[in-house]
Amino acid sequence: MTKSRIEARFAQLKAENRAAFVAYVMAGDPDYATGLEILQGLPAAGADLIEVGFPFSDPMAEGPPIQRAAQRALANGQTLKKTLAMVAEFRKADQTTPIIMMGYANPLVHHGYDAFARDAAAAGVDGVICVDIPPEEADPLADALDASELSLIRLATPTSDDKRLPVVIRRTSGFVYYVSVAGVTGVKEADAAAVAPNVERIRAASGLPVAVGFGIKTPERAAEIARVADAAVVGSALVEEVATGLAMNESVTARVLSKVESLAKAVRSARVESLTV
Amino acid sequence: MKLQIPVNAPAKPNDYTAYPDASGRFGDYGGRYVPETLMPLVHDLDAAYTAAKNDPAFQAELRSFLTHYVGRPSPLYYAERLTQHYGGPKIYLKREELNHTGSHKINNCMGQILLAMRMGKTRIIAETGAGQHGVATATVCARFGLPCVVYMGAVDVERQKPNVFRMNLLGAQVEAVTAGSATLKDAMNEALRDWVTNVHDTYYLIGTAAGMHPYPAMVRDFQAVIGNEVKQQTLELEGRLPDAVVACVGGGSNAIGLFHPFLNDEGVQLIGVEAAGEGMETGRHAAAINGGRPGVLHGNMTYLLQDDEGQITEAHSISAGLDYPGIGPEHSWLHDVGRAKYLTCTDQEALDAFKLLAELEGILPAIESSHALARLPEICKEVGKDGIVVLNLSGRGDKDVQTVADHLGRQI
Ligand SMILES: Cc1ncc(COP(=O)(O)O)c(C=O)c1O
Repeated sequence: MTKSRIEARFAQLKAENRAAFVAYVMAGDPDYATGLEILQGLPAAGADLIEVGFPFSDPMAEGPPIQRAAQRALANGQTLKKTLAMVAEFRKADQTTPIIMMGYANPLVHHGYDAFARDAAAAGVDGVICVDIPPEEADPLADALDASELSLIRLATPTSDDKRLPVVIRRTSGFVYYVSVAGVTGVKEADAAAVAPNVERIRAASGLPVAVGFGIKTPERAAEIARVADAAVVGSALVEEVATGLAMNESVTARVLSKVESLAKAVRSARVESLTV
Repeated sequence: MKLQIPVNAPAKPNDYTAYPDASGRFGDYGGRYVPETLMPLVHDLDAAYTAAKNDPAFQAELRSFLTHYVGRPSPLYYAERLTQHYGGPKIYLKREELNHTGSHKINNCMGQILLAMRMGKTRIIAETGAGQHGVATATVCARFGLPCVVYMGAVDVERQKPNVFRMNLLGAQVEAVTAGSATLKDAMNEALRDWVTNVHDTYYLIGTAAGMHPYPAMVRDFQAVIGNEVKQQTLELEGRLPDAVVACVGGGSNAIGLFHPFLNDEGVQLIGVEAAGEGMETGRHAAAINGGRPGVLHGNMTYLLQDDEGQITEAHSISAGLDYPGIGPEHSWLHDVGRAKYLTCTDQEALDAFKLLAELEGILPAIESSHALARLPEICKEVGKDGIVVLNLSGRGDKDVQTVADHLGRQI
């Protein structure tokens, strides 16, 4: 039942012949109330799917922007339970936008995988990405998520060669997340020409939509990726709007949502434009 | 379903040395919790290390460098005046502080640099706390002509200035890490971020028996030279094995190197000493086993300092080398199965032990090693008058002179 929100959204976008725009935000950044306001505003601003980061003190695959976002959220008391509460609040008004929770193992280990899966399903979460749980360690989490009908979304990377890829996509569902650069979030830029063949390869091997993230900051880059992938994910550039809003004493929500609008617009028109060029 | 958090003491194994298993587990501890980008590299490293371990040519080359460059074997020294002071068992000190670069860290660095070159890697990165591992890494990189970047918490850069300068003299680039608590765990985060970014040419030379498989097993194997020598030396000097072997525990590499050859000799007590900082009751300490719970950080499931939400908390210790919120997974397992015992020592107790060894034996111990020395009164009492205790003097204290002076309120 819950799985179908992701499938339904990708099916709908396929019919519209366009890629999804996926917005990543850090839950509780800069604080719970503002974070909730941002989350609730994302669908209208153009986010087709939402990744909700749950903060961890030691995010080893994040660059400085998302590290700082996690620190802001933690400093203001964000927890895994509050992140689940935030999703539940969001679901009261939105029954269709898929929500993927993304973060690191220890808060989940601490909550207990089974309890987490049940609580996440009850809150209206659709899938989970856990950055530091590779396939070799994933079975206990995958069992728990399966039991609650949640998707475990896997990360494929530039180091996922033909030997590794089958391991990566085993037990994955919903979509595959292609990490387009070897590196941390928010530093290197994705290269659409290099990404395209990998997206094809992962799509063929998994039979699932492929979302691309980790190196997309601008509407131009988002549009390029949207021409070759099923979804373009932007995270660091959005949390940087939070930082800038705070520094300039402007509305953080307005800044983030306006950035989402420009990125979503670029993704929506990407394939149309490429036909007319 | 497999337990996610170990709760009950696991069964006692028939052979303690049969771990980790193929998936890198010591019971429920260990594993490979790393981002997918690194997984193929971690598998490559595992395969390359297994091949090297079984290659007599690799082992011969390593032995030769340990003998002629590091200065092994290190002496096992009968500390006569310290023994008299406690009036009890004979106390022997394993003199790892006499190794080239002044600590046990070089044993591991020599092994890993030879492996890195065998794997064709051309750039070395490392994390460091006290700077001892950074210095040892910079040293082997200089010796073999490889570029070296050392990540070090900004707080540690400040309190271990002489070691930063030593690394620079050896040609290494020291990157001060300001993220998080700006200490060892953050340096390790930053080194992992570097590795994820530079997957093609870079070898990550981890300095302790922690992190993702195969590091805990590999670092242990390279440090086991300590315990193997101790075993041979006590047999030669005393005609029997010691009753207890003692070491300080940060990530746990000098301790596991000492313990491992004795794991199946159940008459030998294995005692690790964790840093209690300002006191266990203050919460400002670095004792993962005595004051933490199992969780996942830096690639492995192990005891960690963490809050009620699974966020890692800051460690506190006078000793930069012990100032880490985790511990190697094999120690977590040895604790749970009851084979090793983990005690604690406060900053003040370590300072007192530092002074005592200087005055009685003419040896300045590292402030890390002083933590082990500080528990000798209790250990001697338990072992009894006719016993033999071997304590690993993991490093020399020259680097800590400023810290000790500050705590004594002296200007130097
Ligand atoms: C002299 C010395 N002893 C002990 C340690 C702690 O490390 P480990 O527990 O890995 O031996 C360090 C770490 O820097 C050290 O420099």
